[in-house]
Amino acid sequence: MFAYAIRSLAQGLLVLVAVAFISFSMFRFVGDPVANMVGQEASVQDRQELAERLGLTDPWPVQFARFMGNAVKGEFGVSYRQGRKVSDLIKERLPATVELAVLSAAFATLFGVLFGVYAAINRTGLGSNIIMTGSLVGVSLPTFLIGIGLIFIFSVELRWLPSFGRGETVKLGWWTTGLLTESGRKSLILPVLTLGFFQLTLIMRLVRAEMLEVMRADFIRFARARGIPERAIQLRHALRNTLVPVVTIAGLQLGSVIAFAIVTETVFQWPGLGALFVNAVQFADVPVMAAYLMFVAAVFVVVNLTVDLLYFLLDPRLRSGAKIAKGH
Amino acid sequence: MKVSKTSLWAALIATTMLVGAAEARTLKWARSGDSLTLDPHGQNEGPTTALNGHIYEALTERDHTGKLLPALATSWRVLPDDAKVWEFKIRPGVKFHDGSALTADDVVFSYQRAMQPTSDFKGLLTDVVEAKKVDDLTVHIVTKGPNPLLVNNTQQIHIMSKAWAEKHNATKAQDFKNKEENHSVRNANGTGPYILVSREPDVKTVMKRNDNYWGKGAVPHGISEIIYTPIKQDATRVAALLSGEIDFVQDVPVQDIERLKSGKGLRINSGPENRTIFFGMNVSKDDLKSDNVEGKNPFADKRVRQAMNMAINRSAIQRVVMRGESVPTGVIMPPFVTGWTKELDAAPTTDVAAAKKLLADAGYPNGFSTTLHCPNDRYVNDEAICQAAVGMWGQIGIKVNLVSQSKSIHFTLIQKNPPETDFYLVGWGVPTFDSHYIFSFLYQTRTGSAGSWNATRYSDKDVDAKIVSLTTETNIEKRNATIADIWKTLKDEAIYLPVHHQSLSYAMKDAFDIPVDVSNTPKLKSVAVK
Repeated sequence: MFAYAIRSLAQGLLVLVAVAFISFSMFRFVGDPVANMVGQEASVQDRQELAERLGLTDPWPVQFARFMGNAVKGEFGVSYRQGRKVSDLIKERLPATVELAVLSAAFATLFGVLFGVYAAINRTGLGSNIIMTGSLVGVSLPTFLIGIGLIFIFSVELRWLPSFGRGETVKLGWWTTGLLTESGRKSLILPVLTLGFFQLTLIMRLVRAEMLEVMRADFIRFARARGIPERAIQLRHALRNTLVPVVTIAGLQLGSVIAFAIVTETVFQWPGLGALFVNAVQFADVPVMAAYLMFVAAVFVVVNLTVDLLYFLLDPRLRSGAKIAKGH
Repeated sequence: MKVSKTSLWAALIATTMLVGAAEARTLKWARSGDSLTLDPHGQNEGPTTALNGHIYEALTERDHTGKLLPALATSWRVLPDDAKVWEFKIRPGVKFHDGSALTADDVVFSYQRAMQPTSDFKGLLTDVVEAKKVDDLTVHIVTKGPNPLLVNNTQQIHIMSKAWAEKHNATKAQDFKNKEENHSVRNANGTGPYILVSREPDVKTVMKRNDNYWGKGAVPHGISEIIYTPIKQDATRVAALLSGEIDFVQDVPVQDIERLKSGKGLRINSGPENRTIFFGMNVSKDDLKSDNVEGKNPFADKRVRQAMNMAINRSAIQRVVMRGESVPTGVIMPPFVTGWTKELDAAPTTDVAAAKKLLADAGYPNGFSTTLHCPNDRYVNDEAICQAAVGMWGQIGIKVNLVSQSKSIHFTLIQKNPPETDFYLVGWGVPTFDSHYIFSFLYQTRTGSAGSWNATRYSDKDVDAKIVSLTTETNIEKRNATIADIWKTLKDEAIYLPVHHQSLSYAMKDAFDIPVDVSNTPKLKSVAVK
């Protein structure tokens, strides 16, 4: 167990270094930050001086080594766009993204399971047909369009919900939350729906497929033979066995929701990490891009590590020996 | 009759509240990008200047038509006995937001700060030797040689409080090499019509009316509070206006203007911007890698450039690509600039047959192929302009391969030495409102600080000499004659292919009437509220 954890941790560190290396080798292609950092009056010489001051004229392996050296010390430098410490920026933006991601994941899981179970139990009903058709929309429509559509209906036409921003937020230490104010809660609704919609359809389809599979299993047939009521079979026996892969998927999806809320955050002007990254890319703000990519890699490493360790605890077969019989 | 005390109080409170409601008018202002920093000398960039200009002020200011007016200086002149010295009289009685008085020390300090290596405004003051205090309300700015243009640059140099900067360790303009944030990046102490209340970069900036503003009686100053929120996504920004969450939107997408015009309770103001869009090309004799012509450069032949200029159907671009939001032109100079004339502005009529003949005369009866570099996130519909022009050149046999990319890549191609593009689109605004600014950046031979945006490799000794002479010529008539002379040569050479002057549209609730500002830096102090 201990050796396993150490091995996973070492792999995780390797992943971080690899991500930093690959992203650094690509930064040359996003453009020259100096072009954005100086006004149009700056002379060729001014630009050259600034590039040299920032070390941008060094070959990129040198820049990479310098970045890694500072990153180990926890220093990511100052944003070329805002002149502020990158670590401050990330800390400031993190709560918005985490709040959005966690609520979206919760929304997607809850309704995904509900709809999935319903569609699996009533395979031919009108309700499940509607749900299945709706899920096709969720899978095929781009997030951008869903977001704009929601804004059009709920902000412009009905004027119920705000179209952008986070509303009023409350400070809890360094964390900020929109959950404690009315405008904050209202502002969350549309982005959460937009970000969660794709995950919802994914989970729903997964639950339905798994459930249909489990309902055909032997132990369900035996349960029926024992005369257990159908509802109890569905909810207690079938659903529980369905949830194992669903929990895994939902957990892994949380990581990608945190990392890739970029589109939703841009549409709703949500002040999170995704919006920070988009601005950084357009400005060629190398320190912010580098730190953000490292952060995303770290999130994935941690999530994967946690899932790996959970497997180890949950599934006895992973422990050495494999003496336990197969089966659910 | 006995009136109860309570009802009297209630009536009193009600009236004061009514008055309060009439006076307190908040303006919620949105545009696509945020100010990058509040440091007055940190970033010389449009949205930054527009926001910061409400908190900080300069010696002079420009109104929305571009006219130069006194601001923190009441008057200025070149000393009669020394043409190298500009004298500025500082407005008496001006207070910074922290209550301290503005003196010559603050002005001298601010100019010194703007001239530091980390300042982004040093390029405007390369000619300045020093700024020195004469007395509490008089400042002398000494230039290397006589500089009749200096006053045009003063409206961009914001004045900050020396004592405040020293107290907060912000005496240097922000430095991106620092490990710590400069205090002035998120805090401000200016003399402007609005006082910073709170700032969350990229989220929200709140400013309240400065009730001790020196220009209180002279400007309407009707807006009591400004809430500035950047909204990056076009559709969201327009939706926020339609839903009533925003009062004033800049950067209105051209395809939405018609729809907004028919919107109830909305007002659209349109007008020309101080910015011209044009194509530039490598006109040197060297063979180009980016074309299929061996041994020579087709762009070096004036007839080819004239043919390409003639092939551009400017009115089609105006109608289809810009939906009317542009003014076609034949010169790369906005109409507000000294030296602009109607004759220069006239564009050649589109004539495909004549263009083809010119090309054939130049030795390219079957045309040639080349590569055009175009930004896709900088000017209004920049990529679409390029696409349209590519089609038009196709009609005369010039096959253009279009490369559109983000501004951070595109502008680097132009600025690299030597430039890495032979054919490109660029837009140019003229903050000094003088032709010299265009000549020195876009036409002068690239040496030292001159010609930094001249990626055409155009280099003409005579023209260079005339451009340089403009900087020291104090006789206005003689100077204007030289400007006209230079333009005549340059227009005939067709070094650049002008497309249009970009127009601007502001959309707002009809309770406000904010005129389009030619520099796209709205001045909200001059807005009255109905």
